[in-house]
Amino acid sequence: MELKKDALYAKSHEWVAFEGDVAVIGISDFAQSELGDLVFVNLPEEGDEVVAGETFADVESVKAVSDIYSPVSGTVCEINEELLDAPELINEDAYAAWFIKVEGVGDKSELMSPEEYETFCESEE
Amino acid sequence: MLVFEKSRPGRGISALPKCDVEVYTLADEDMREAELHLPEMAEVDLSRHYTELAKKAHGVNDGFYPLGSCTMKYNPKVNEKAASFDEFTQIHPLQPEHTVQGCLQVLKESEELLAEITGMSDFTLQPAAGAHGEFTGLLLIKAYHLANGDTQRTKIIVPDSAHGTNPASAVMAGMTVINVDSTPDGLVDVDKLREVCEGNNEIAGLMLTNPNTAGLFDPNIKEITDIIHECGGQCYYDGANLNAIMGWARPGDMGFDCVHLNLHKTFSTPHGGGGPGAGPVGCKAHLAKFMPGVKVTGEEGSLKLTKAEESLGEMKNFYGNFLVVVKALTYIKMLGKEGIPEASKNAVLNANYMMNKLSAKYDIAFSPKVCMHEFVMDIARQAKETGVTAMDIAKGLLDNNIHPPTMYFPLTVHEALMAEPCETESKETLDEAIKVFLDLNDLAYSDPEALHAAPVKTPVTRLDEVGAARHPVLRYEFE
Amino acid sequence: MGTFVPNTKEQQQEMLKEIGFEKLDDLFAHIPDAVKFQGELNIPEGMSEMEVTKAMKKIASKNVVFDSVFRGAGAYKHYIPAIVNTVVSNETLQTAYTPYQAEISQGILQSIFEYQTMICDLTGMDVSNASVYDGGTAAGEAVAACRGRKSNKAIVSACIQPSALKVIETYCFGNEMELVIAPEKDGVTDIEALKELMTDDTACVLIQHPNYYGNLEKAKEIGEIAHSVKNCRYIMSVNPITLAIMKTPGEYGADFAIGEGQPLGMAPAFGGPYLGFMASIDSMKRNLPGRIVGQTVDHNGKTGYVLTLQAREQHIRREKASSNICSNQALCALTVGVYLSAMGNEGLKNVATQCYSKAHYMAQKFAEIGLEVPETEFFHEFVTKSDKSSEAILKALEDKGILGGLALDDSRILWCCTEMNSKADIDEVIAIVKEV
Repeated sequence: MELKKDALYAKSHEWVAFEGDVAVIGISDFAQSELGDLVFVNLPEEGDEVVAGETFADVESVKAVSDIYSPVSGTVCEINEELLDAPELINEDAYAAWFIKVEGVGDKSELMSPEEYETFCESEE
Repeated sequence: MLVFEKSRPGRGISALPKCDVEVYTLADEDMREAELHLPEMAEVDLSRHYTELAKKAHGVNDGFYPLGSCTMKYNPKVNEKAASFDEFTQIHPLQPEHTVQGCLQVLKESEELLAEITGMSDFTLQPAAGAHGEFTGLLLIKAYHLANGDTQRTKIIVPDSAHGTNPASAVMAGMTVINVDSTPDGLVDVDKLREVCEGNNEIAGLMLTNPNTAGLFDPNIKEITDIIHECGGQCYYDGANLNAIMGWARPGDMGFDCVHLNLHKTFSTPHGGGGPGAGPVGCKAHLAKFMPGVKVTGEEGSLKLTKAEESLGEMKNFYGNFLVVVKALTYIKMLGKEGIPEASKNAVLNANYMMNKLSAKYDIAFSPKVCMHEFVMDIARQAKETGVTAMDIAKGLLDNNIHPPTMYFPLTVHEALMAEPCETESKETLDEAIKVFLDLNDLAYSDPEALHAAPVKTPVTRLDEVGAARHPVLRYEFE
Repeated sequence: MGTFVPNTKEQQQEMLKEIGFEKLDDLFAHIPDAVKFQGELNIPEGMSEMEVTKAMKKIASKNVVFDSVFRGAGAYKHYIPAIVNTVVSNETLQTAYTPYQAEISQGILQSIFEYQTMICDLTGMDVSNASVYDGGTAAGEAVAACRGRKSNKAIVSACIQPSALKVIETYCFGNEMELVIAPEKDGVTDIEALKELMTDDTACVLIQHPNYYGNLEKAKEIGEIAHSVKNCRYIMSVNPITLAIMKTPGEYGADFAIGEGQPLGMAPAFGGPYLGFMASIDSMKRNLPGRIVGQTVDHNGKTGYVLTLQAREQHIRREKASSNICSNQALCALTVGVYLSAMGNEGLKNVATQCYSKAHYMAQKFAEIGLEVPETEFFHEFVTKSDKSSEAILKALEDKGILGGLALDDSRILWCCTEMNSKADIDEVIAIVKEV
């Protein structure tokens, strides 16, 4: 399982990295491997509000659809449109394939460090 | 090869005479500009094209079809004969009533027979499919609550073993779904249900299949429907599995208020590669005034179409998939009062026989002593020990000319194969299929790779579904 | 009694014994007495095949088959080449299930892929689904498919087929979308009134073209009005026969093309089974309900077909699916495929041209005997207005074995002509109406 060292993680397997005040959000390598070959992503629109712990997107494999939860609260300022045409990017490199960027981020104290997340995933398996 | 690739400009069939009136032309601004690319074929080429397609398909006539919850019973040919009478096929749906007395009689007799078989008071034949029937039933429940001023009743209880259409239909009816888990025996958890319902005035009702998708008849059914009624809800019966209980138990007597049936399952009309089916909906008297579509009233020879007084409207144009109803009526008339229960009896016998024989090598989900018309094999043990999954067993069956059971359903069993043999299969067919199933289990242990590679005798091998979904090609591109 | 159970009584006993039961009733012993059905079903005794054939024939004979039909209004009598019924009666194609097991369902899947291609070609759209139940449900589903998070209002023309409007009302009663009717003016949608109705939360504008009265709508202009609101979709319901010669929904700028597929090879059959076709522009494909077939390859690189984009559907998305559609009308889609392949480009253009020409010939003849006929452009249906009572006209025709148009009220009748109506048939109608 690969980890992004400069990111924080949620129990629902999303990562957040910060570019200044802007949070960049994606799903972890662990999540993509559990979900299998992804064939489509539904993303929110710019300007939408996201709430920590609530769903903001979903990903489709051939036989399943899974909700993706936001690790933080804030306002979507950019979406990764590339994923709409090439969802396989998520399977290829989960940490390069970000979903959305969020500004006005509030509390992030619930999030885990890479080390904590690694232990968390081991306990899940 | 696609029909478009076989097309040659200039070919065609001699279908129509020349236009015998002056030819009028559309104004330029209304005329189609894009080129048309319909196939241009001689009749002989068409005949061969579709014969070739038929060879690459599997119908009930081609072999055993134990597809769980789909009731792939034999489709009697006399049904087709009746539905092909010109006096049915050539009738315009908006002809005057006195010229369609035969059609109205078909509707009336069918409504009455289905009501008797299910213990309901009224039926509408308008819904075109099972899912369409579910939507109809839920709208009846909605209309009932609204008429009582209960606008807050928007929660519908659906067990986790339900067909996927149940929650989707609920949402179309503007309801939100409360999932209730099953007990370890695969039945409704009555205590949990009571917990959810007691004193809850937001409950619109419950959707249930009984026997359920694991082929188990819920012995607590009366208690379940009572709990719903006590909190003011209505009970909806998903008739997908009616083939198990015709003449033995009726949804009406179990306490259900409305029900949909699948004529293309229980009443022997063919599935057509995915439709047309028919999903008539029945209800008790207190819901009858909300029924959609039309009701046939009056006496034979002077039948009339009437509308329910507070009808919720129309589910589709006209009166439903009429010719499918003709086929089902022919079937019910032929079986009659003895034949209908006999069909269910033998459907249950065949399922139990097969379950019993297969339990020698396969784990049966929820280990029932007796099942109804279907049962669920759990391939988890084989998957763990050999890597062979439910999917692999299914693909192995394809090489043996058997249509596999329903895979990965119900969702409560992870490696599920749900088998429904139907009453129209002989002991010889079952014995042959049982042998194939048992041999495949042995093959899983001796040569799992062979099963991962299956099927090999079919027109194509396993297809790249991921590629199909990632980069969809959904039509032929003309040059 | 009739039966389709192959096992003999002896075999049934043998099977029971092998699995440890004595009699068949024991298999139902676990059904509690309180809900077990007592006694016999109150339905007639069964019949032999010969008897049931006779019984059904007797019922059928109470219907009147009109050889000369001038009624449409949502169900149309066209010529169906013999090959169509031969193909769709094929036992395998008729009795197969939904093609879940792609390896043994290539024939069904390919026929749907071909159907999708033909519907796209006819309508000028990018993507077609495998069909829905009929034209009415296609309208209901299309409206629901356009619903957005911020757009919950559907505007529907008053000039669409009344039963389709009723179906849309039913869908909106269910999902609680706001439904607004754009009124009629002079037999077509009132454009000025439509403009007034457009608001930011409008999810779609739906028209029928040609409309219920047979008239051509200002389809281009209405599309522009629909698209004046962000995220508002333009749905055109069309008669597929017209598309052989008339501008396509694609050319009019529609986002969805839908309609009743019955004219493409299905008999009127007292209203069904028919087929609803649904096609959209590429960007809306994930909003289409129901099955969609896609092309792919197998492990050996061989071309094949599968059900695809399935994560839109109820069996995966469950309560998050926007439609519950499960089965489509696959055999009817096959019917369309065979019909269109049999007719070909020239054949379908011929059908459309004859429909158009005969309707215009008939309208001209009606005008000559003093009936009021439309001044607007129409296709193969049109409304006449006259001092003669509609009832009297239709009765006079029925007495001669002719099914006349549909009475809209006591002075107006909606007529339809197809290639099936010969000049002599039309002239006969005119002669009879003249005498009323």
